[in-house]
Amino acid sequence: MRLLPAGDTAVIVEFGDRIDRVVSDRVLRLSARVRAANLPGVVEMVPTFRSLMVRYDPLATDGASLTVAIESLLDSGSGEAAPVRLWRIPTCYAASHAPDLAEVAQRTGLSTAEVVGLHSSTRFHIYMIGFVPGYPYMGDLPAPLVLPRRADPRIRVPPGSIAIATTMTAIYPLESPGGWHLIGTTPVRLFDLRRARPALLGPGDAVWFEPITVREFDAIRAAVAADAYQVPCETAAA
Amino acid sequence: MMPALEVIAPGLHTTVQDQGRIGYQDIGVPASGPLDRVSLNLANALVGNPPGTPALEMLLHGPTLKVMAESVRVALVGCSAAIEIRSGDARIVPAGRSVRLTRGDVFRIGALRDSVSACLAIEGGLDIPPVLGSASTYVRGAIGGFQGRRLQASDVVPLTLAGVAVRTEYSLSRPLDLALDQPIRVVLGPQADYFTDGAVKTLLSSDYTVSPQADRMGYRLEGPALAHAKGYDIVSDGIVAGAIQVPGSGLPIVLMVDNQTIGGYPKIATVISADIPVVGRRKPGRPIRFVAVDVHEAERLRREQEAAIRREAETLLPL
Repeated sequence: MRLLPAGDTAVIVEFGDRIDRVVSDRVLRLSARVRAANLPGVVEMVPTFRSLMVRYDPLATDGASLTVAIESLLDSGSGEAAPVRLWRIPTCYAASHAPDLAEVAQRTGLSTAEVVGLHSSTRFHIYMIGFVPGYPYMGDLPAPLVLPRRADPRIRVPPGSIAIATTMTAIYPLESPGGWHLIGTTPVRLFDLRRARPALLGPGDAVWFEPITVREFDAIRAAVAADAYQVPCETAAA
Repeated sequence: MMPALEVIAPGLHTTVQDQGRIGYQDIGVPASGPLDRVSLNLANALVGNPPGTPALEMLLHGPTLKVMAESVRVALVGCSAAIEIRSGDARIVPAGRSVRLTRGDVFRIGALRDSVSACLAIEGGLDIPPVLGSASTYVRGAIGGFQGRRLQASDVVPLTLAGVAVRTEYSLSRPLDLALDQPIRVVLGPQADYFTDGAVKTLLSSDYTVSPQADRMGYRLEGPALAHAKGYDIVSDGIVAGAIQVPGSGLPIVLMVDNQTIGGYPKIATVISADIPVVGRRKPGRPIRFVAVDVHEAERLRREQEAAIRREAETLLPL
């Protein structure tokens, strides 16, 4: 662990240099502790794979005192994990909603049903949100599904697309460019500026992908459009 | 009729910006706000607004606007261009002064000349509802500002005030120093150790140039390449405005106010917050040099800058 300055507006607490659940849990635990401590001058926190970025207002505090305060909040690394939000994201894996599913099957040597089976029977952990607003980096994919990014990134990936690349899976919240393999689509709205917290998912949340048919997809999409759909969410052990 | 400014010509990239959007980086939304916070606050002071009141930021080439209110008071800061009033009592109002205009007046800002960005403040501010706590426009995410985008011809941008009183106009006590050649101060890190010692020396001793690929997200620089010691692909971490990231090409990119919130390139150094507005004015083709300071010094310089802005706001010269 080391504390690094990012200019005069942030301190970065770095716990590792790889994608790892143990590292992620330490990042998220510290994030919760810093939030609870309500340190003066702290503006916001950005948890990532490797580190927690603590942004501060240099007119209200300074890096040196903030560093001391953060050090006092570090734990031994063995604290028990708090319960998390567990989301069940309805996911249509039909060929019409999964442009790269056949290619992924072919490249991994699996059947499309096996790809879907592996993806929808894994509980994923959200490491961080970024790239575009609301984009969740979730892992880890079962080993047989690990593929490099597409050689040819798409200019436009439609919102709701569910994608895989390397050891991660994600959902595109907005239309954006993208280089990941699209293996399904959700009718759920991941990012909505009308909500107080516009991103549905947050770092540390857990996610299951629940297979649905095209007919169910259409029904949920209509309900979402009418603001009459709630994504199933429960509290679960970390 | 609601008071407004009608866009006759939008300029190159004109957006609504205020003090920025704080608290949403953890869901991928950058702070945005103006490239040049100093100019935003001085322009607001000239028209009697509190700091951070929503104003128009323009890049390289300003807009032409028509007054659709009984009267307005505006002020331009951040460049050496002027406000050209083209109707009625045609005249030129230099940057750094307030001016009152009346219904039907058309005014043009044109090329900003030596600066890449400038701010036009309007007394009372633009009537733009905040999104996630801010009126700032984040164009890539279509968040905030005027319909989440830059202005287009025939947009009608609503104002808070229907009219403004006739009063003494003000000028800055001296023109804003655009600091076109000032070295940019940086704090080394957070990942200076991912580079060779030679790379850090090169960064701090070379002349770089702002490339044409410079926008609110970041400025690509041209100049000597910086050698990585531990590879250029890192596991992503958080990014602040001012971070100097170095991709595989070895050419640095200074990330600015619409920065990606997380990223996977090592960051050799970070521009101090007091100098972000200086970078925010520096135009493609202009030289850029870096000099290292420590965090303590960076914080002191920022406090000094804020005090100078407050002092200037209190000592404006009546015209």
